[in-house]
Amino acid sequence: MNSTYASQATERSRFARPQVVSLLGPVVSAAGVVWAILQPYRVTLLHPRGQGFWWLVIEPPLLVVVVGIVFSVVVARPLLADLEEHRATSR
Amino acid sequence: MQPRAEMVHWLFAAGILFIGMCLLCEAIVGREVWQMRPWRKYLWPGVAFGLGVCLWPVMAFFTNSAVHMYAHGSWAEVLMLAGGAELGLVHGRLKSRWWRLTWPLAFVVTGLAFIIHEQNPWFFARSAFLHHLLGWTFLLAAVIPLGLVWRPRSPVLQACFALTIVLVAIQLFSDRDVAPVFGHLSPLAGTPHR
Repeated sequence: MNSTYASQATERSRFARPQVVSLLGPVVSAAGVVWAILQPYRVTLLHPRGQGFWWLVIEPPLLVVVVGIVFSVVVARPLLADLEEHRATSR
Repeated sequence: MQPRAEMVHWLFAAGILFIGMCLLCEAIVGREVWQMRPWRKYLWPGVAFGLGVCLWPVMAFFTNSAVHMYAHGSWAEVLMLAGGAELGLVHGRLKSRWWRLTWPLAFVVTGLAFIIHEQNPWFFARSAFLHHLLGWTFLLAAVIPLGLVWRPRSPVLQACFALTIVLVAIQLFSDRDVAPVFGHLSPLAGTPHR
C-alpha cells in the first residue's frame, strides 16, 4: 500500500516538473509587472522627461520582467523539450 | 555619466536572479537533463564568472573608500574563483569534489566583506540595513554550498542553494542609495531622491 502511494507521488512530481519549469519565467515576469504597478515611480519610462541616461536604462521592475522573458525563451523552452525527450526515452 | 551605486546593485541583481532561476531549474529537472545540451551546463557558472569579471570595474570606479575597494575586489576574486572552478568541474577538466569548496569560501568572504565594509548601523538607512542583511545571509547560508560538497546531487540542497541566490537578488533589488528602512532614516544619510 505504502509503495503504491510512493510510486504515485513520484509519478505526480515527475509530471509536475514541466509545469514548474514552464511557469518559472512567467511568474518572475509577472512579479516585475506587479512591482511596477505597486511602485510606478520606479519605472522612469512612465515619466521620462528630465531623466538621465541611466535612469531610463536601468529600471528594476523592468529588469525583473526582462530576466523572466530571457529565461523563458533561452533556458525554459529548450529545457522543456529535453525533459520531454528524456521522459520518452526512459519510458 | 557614471550610474549610481544602487543602479549597479540592480544590474547585478538581474544577473544573480538569472543564476538563481537556472539553479532552481537544475534542481527540479536533475543534472542529467540539465546537461543534455552542452551549452547549458556552462550557463550559470559562466554567468557567475562573468559577474566576477564585471566586479573589477565596479571596484575601480566606485571607490568611496579603501574598504569599499577591498570589498569589491575580494568579491570579484572569489566569484571568479568559484565560477571558474564550477566551469572546470562541469567541463570535466577538474575532477576533485574539493573544488566545490570555492562556493562556501565565496559565501563566507562575501558575507564578511558586506558586514565589514558597511560601517553604519542597521537602521541608518536602507542600504546599510541591506548590507548587514546580505552579509548575514551569505554567512549563514554558507552551510548550504558546504553541504553540496559532500552531497552534490541532493535536490533539497540544490533547491536551497538556488533559493538563497534568488533571496540575494531580491535583497539587491530592494537596495536604494538613500531611503528609509521600516520608517528609519538617519538625518546624516542625506535626502531621499525618489
